[in-house]
Amino acid sequence: MSAMLRNHWDGLLEQRWLLPVLLAIGFVLAFAIPEYNLLNKYVQLVLMYVGINIILAVSLNLVNGYMGEFSLAHAGFMAVGAYTAALLTMKVLPIAAYPGLFPLAVLAGGLAAAFMGLIVAVPSFKVRGDYLAIITLAFLMIVKSVIENIDYIGGPRGIPGIKRLTTLPWVFFWVVVSVWAVRNFVYSKYGRGVLSIREDEIASDLMSVNTRRVKFLAFMTSSFFAGIAGALFAHLLQFISPRVFDIIKTTDILIMVYLGGIASIGGSILGATLYTGLMEILRPSTVAGLLSWLPEMIFDPLNEYFIRHLGVWRMVIMPLLLVLVMLYWPRGMMGLREFRGFIPRRDREAHHRLKTLEKQGTP
Amino acid sequence: MSDGIVYWLQQILNALQLGSIYALIALGYTMVYGILTMINFAHGDVFMIGAFFCFLAATALGLSFAPTLLLTMLGAALLGVVIERLAYKPLRNAPRVSAIITALGVGLFLENFTLALAPYPKHIPPLLENVTWNLGGVSVSSLQVIIIFLSLGLMIVLDYVVHRTPVGMAMRAISWDKTFVPLMGIPVNLIISITFAIGAGLAGAAGTMYALAYPVIDPYMGIMVGWKAFISAVVGGIGNIRGAMIGAFILGGVEIMVAAFFPSTYRDFVAFTLLLLLIVIRPYGILGQPRIQKV
Repeated sequence: MSAMLRNHWDGLLEQRWLLPVLLAIGFVLAFAIPEYNLLNKYVQLVLMYVGINIILAVSLNLVNGYMGEFSLAHAGFMAVGAYTAALLTMKVLPIAAYPGLFPLAVLAGGLAAAFMGLIVAVPSFKVRGDYLAIITLAFLMIVKSVIENIDYIGGPRGIPGIKRLTTLPWVFFWVVVSVWAVRNFVYSKYGRGVLSIREDEIASDLMSVNTRRVKFLAFMTSSFFAGIAGALFAHLLQFISPRVFDIIKTTDILIMVYLGGIASIGGSILGATLYTGLMEILRPSTVAGLLSWLPEMIFDPLNEYFIRHLGVWRMVIMPLLLVLVMLYWPRGMMGLREFRGFIPRRDREAHHRLKTLEKQGTP
Repeated sequence: MSDGIVYWLQQILNALQLGSIYALIALGYTMVYGILTMINFAHGDVFMIGAFFCFLAATALGLSFAPTLLLTMLGAALLGVVIERLAYKPLRNAPRVSAIITALGVGLFLENFTLALAPYPKHIPPLLENVTWNLGGVSVSSLQVIIIFLSLGLMIVLDYVVHRTPVGMAMRAISWDKTFVPLMGIPVNLIISITFAIGAGLAGAAGTMYALAYPVIDPYMGIMVGWKAFISAVVGGIGNIRGAMIGAFILGGVEIMVAAFFPSTYRDFVAFTLLLLLIVIRPYGILGQPRIQKV
């Protein structure tokens, strides 16, 4: 029975109409949900955060998962994108007259972050492992410190009053673009290079992989999408300050990546969704809302001693979760595995052939 | 003395005070790295917990300076050992990244746990009678003198322990070679625990001194100070104990000088730029040995 279902499912995956249809349904939903208020405003907001976090997790997975480096700079790239886009929409572009210019600002945020990615990529030629982690951390701190010291962009006070231009369709669009770009990158010639760098950089150099170009591309792609996510984030939160993009933000993204599993796009999507959802569900108001059907006799003491304090304690649960995942589930949900739908057809067929050969007993 | 020299001497004194606190924390980073080649990102938060232990000992127990310091060091040392046993030991053979992430998680956990228990910044009562002497225009407080000399004393003791005692020899042996050292009858787990205890204990001492010098403490104070101490360890050559001390005084000096001549908000910028340049130019630090990678 399950084999039949599986064959049926594989057959479905082989259909060329599947992807366009899914995308079309997605876009229709993304437009319809805010238009007709199919979901309440809060759920819509959470959906947008989930989308932004997916972009962040998928792009960080490119460097931390597929390439095997340990970058802590993602929040820094995000900050660059957020500030670039916010300054453009507030001071340069006539957004009030032409709201259609918003994608330009987002794109500019991504490009600015990609440029910063170059700066981090250069030291990565010489330094690896722990020391590269330190370099990325120093980059994050320097970005934060520079922003704090420029009074024109608000210094430590940040920029308030950004227009809310991020909408569900735009988030959905960029999620699709980032997943598409990272997936195609990973399964391209350069993507093989990225994987070979993770396994052994010297060996891949000997196999004539242009490791410098591969690193450039990987860092730039990753930081580009971090910048995009930052730009969307700024125009959703409507307020940015250097403190929003500190090491804690980076740790959030790291948790999503490692919870979902390294070197897996599907894993990053799952990790970002699960983690964002969990954080929202653990909010006192949500828990209270979900449990409000309980009789007052049970609900009141529960609220008094447990739910009301969740606001702080969920911040304790989060890192504990990370440590437990690392100790007992080091590969995360999908570590080094992938949903079949994300694997290109030729790779899937090769994989399938390998499996049948293994079954027949011939190597 | 002329005003210029007085100003400089004053700044050097401040730099020594800051540098000795950085040095005590940096030692913990560098010892753990030396033995396990692991960056213990939770170390800055052990320092923060030390400051909170100091607060508890001084207010709830009403102790004076010396017992507070001892109790804080003991408590922090215990915390260090517990963290190592529960979170790092199971990952000793796992990929290095897992250990780094776990350390980050432990650090965040300590911060937020403290925040949940103590949501508002705490004020440390003055444990010492602070006397200020005026030496030819330079004002020297007794607190500064105690911090500097106590730290120097602890550093000398540590240097002696590491370089002149059997335990220290075992530590250096483990950092040299992990495969054959157990065959020589050296209890590796015990030595690693002792290393964590010493490192965390020193961080606890640093927490007490920091809390006395800057008496408002909060759960996030360990992040920045911890990173600065870590930079000190890298500047000196991570894994090298004397290097960490030198690096800490260099960083303390640089920070005080930057704050003296520029707006103090440039401090972090300069510190981290220094780190970045140093890693790119001389990744093994001032006293560190370049590690040759064999294929």
